[in-house]
Amino acid sequence: MQHDKAPLSGAIAAWIVACLMFFPILWMTVTAFKTEGEAVAIPPIILFRPVLQSFAAATAQSGYLLFAANSVIVSFASTALAILIAFPAAYAMAFQPGKRTKDLLVWMLSTKMLPPVGVLVPVYLIFRDAGLLDTRAGLVIVDTLMNLPIVVWMLFSFFRDIPRDILEAARMDGVGPRGQMTHLLLPLASPGIASAALLAIILSWNESFWSINLTAAHAGTLAAYIARYSAPEGLFWAKLSAASVLAVAPILLFGSLAQRRLVRGLTVGAVK
Amino acid sequence: MAALELRQVGKWYGGFEAVKSVDLAIADREFMVFVGPSGCGKTTLLRMIAGLEDITSGDFLIDGARANAVPPDKRGLAMVFQSYALYPHMTVAQNMGFALKMAGRPRAEIEAKVREAARILRLEAELGRKPRMLSGGQRQRVAIGRAIVRNPKGFLFDEPLSNLDAALRVQMRTELVKLHRSLDATMIYVTHDQIEAMTMADRIVVLNQGEVAQVGTPLDLYHRPANLFVAGFIGSPKMNFFPARVAGVANGSLSLALDGGATVALAAQGAPPAAGAALTLGVRPEHFVLAAEGPLAGSVDVVEHLGAETILYVKESRGAIIVVRTDDLAHVRPGEAVHLVPRLDRVSLFDAEGRAIADSSAT
Ligand SMILES: Nc1ncnc2c1ncn2[C@@H]1O[C@H](COP(=O)(O)OP(=O)(O)OP(=O)(O)O)[C@@H](O)[C@H]1O
Ligand SMILES: [Mg+2]
Repeated sequence: MQHDKAPLSGAIAAWIVACLMFFPILWMTVTAFKTEGEAVAIPPIILFRPVLQSFAAATAQSGYLLFAANSVIVSFASTALAILIAFPAAYAMAFQPGKRTKDLLVWMLSTKMLPPVGVLVPVYLIFRDAGLLDTRAGLVIVDTLMNLPIVVWMLFSFFRDIPRDILEAARMDGVGPRGQMTHLLLPLASPGIASAALLAIILSWNESFWSINLTAAHAGTLAAYIARYSAPEGLFWAKLSAASVLAVAPILLFGSLAQRRLVRGLTVGAVK
Repeated sequence: MAALELRQVGKWYGGFEAVKSVDLAIADREFMVFVGPSGCGKTTLLRMIAGLEDITSGDFLIDGARANAVPPDKRGLAMVFQSYALYPHMTVAQNMGFALKMAGRPRAEIEAKVREAARILRLEAELGRKPRMLSGGQRQRVAIGRAIVRNPKGFLFDEPLSNLDAALRVQMRTELVKLHRSLDATMIYVTHDQIEAMTMADRIVVLNQGEVAQVGTPLDLYHRPANLFVAGFIGSPKMNFFPARVAGVANGSLSLALDGGATVALAAQGAPPAAGAALTLGVRPEHFVLAAEGPLAGSVDVVEHLGAETILYVKESRGAIIVVRTDDLAHVRPGEAVHLVPRLDRVSLFDAEGRAIADSSAT
């Protein structure tokens, strides 16, 4: 009995924390189905008749579909590009490490510690001169670079779990680096690659700083959509909530569908 | 044809010298075994021969041509890894045919060669299975099959049997020897198990701390160890060592004072050591005779009856254990006092540096 009690209280605590963390999303979702009047009522109205008028307003006014399409295109394209670049890089680092490989890996990750706003001005100027402002291509480049260190790290650690002997056997079999990557690493590390890709897609989808600052009506993603939506119209809680739900729903759905795979990928190598 | 030769081959890992100036000639179709304790550089040496590891200094020659810079797949050598290193996502047939497929050979040829290898290794029924569905012994055979289909001039094995259970290991041992005979290829086989080395090898290379301690046929090493290390490493149970001092040299007879106080006289051949010199007398367990009187005395500590032979652990008065092997001594009981006479025509003698003194041992 003593034994059963501890896990039970732990489970209750975990549920409380989870509910607390989930509450804003729940509240946002609930608000999205209210009218503007109900949304601002104090005390908050718990029981109400759900309506879809906020969703209708949010999609009609502001070109939701364009922003959603931009989000999909930018996150998938930047992820594909990041994997394409990171794959050979991680291969070299995992299987032909040099003296400085470890330093390089740490340095790459350390770039993630730099606040993005610190480089906003130079990046903005470069983008302006290169004609990349408010283009999807520009945003793809930024997101790729933003995710590259994490993707390289993840692929590196997945590759490190593949026994070196297998690649050496391939070398004896006359298989060069390219053959090793396509015939061995790609199939063997596919769960890991899928996890890295998933994470990159999610990070890119959620990225708001650069898309707000570098894009406008043409290439803006859903993050920019929400930001822009709230500003000129004042604060319309119900509509804003509806817009937010529309922005996070696709990635939440995508994430939960892929969650199993992601979790498995993230724990590969944790136990041998 | 694959005669391999190493000339002054050395390997440094940073500041650590893993292999020290090894000179070695491996004849065509020879079954050569590298043996030595863990960390002595066996794998490193094998990997340098395979081309998986750079050679820091010296020359490696295949059939007389320098091959230091030849990439692994161009050396005509195939390697079988201790971990098998099978491609886990491929079937047995794909594993074996992978090298040929990557070399762009026609499918019919690949299939024929894979089938032939599977026949030799009795893997025909497993061709469609993935490695995880195979037993350890079957995986081992797939790894060998992957080497066979390449039709290499030489095979390199790195402790290929160490993951198998004892019975399978004995069985695979004889299969590998048979395979060597039927394939007519040079084989280098790494192991730390001296019994494997003794049973399989044409010649054995004993390595110790990156250096070649001795090269020779199994019986050479057993009967004429070049130094204390080889004497102690080859043979099980181990050779017994007795510290001794030269008491006198007189008309062809060398008289040794053992540390226990006893004296033995040997026929001195070659240049006799100076009187007073410190030596080590080595006696194999089977080279003792039990007698009523003898230079070595003690009480029987443990008796191991193995059936065909009996191993006695005899405790000397000062605590040292002498291991004795004999055909039939079922009557000896623990605690009994015994006297041992070494067969002086079969003993080995080593100088203070541990080198064998020429001609002191039996021929
Ligand atoms: N990549 C490496 N970097 C540094 N030192 C190494 C490396 N590989 C091996 N060594 C060292 O070289 C020495 C010889 O190693 P090696 O693997 O050849 O030993 P081994 O005889 O095969 O031993 P075992 O029987 O345990 O397999 C060891 O001391 C080892 O620590
Ligand atoms: Mg080894």
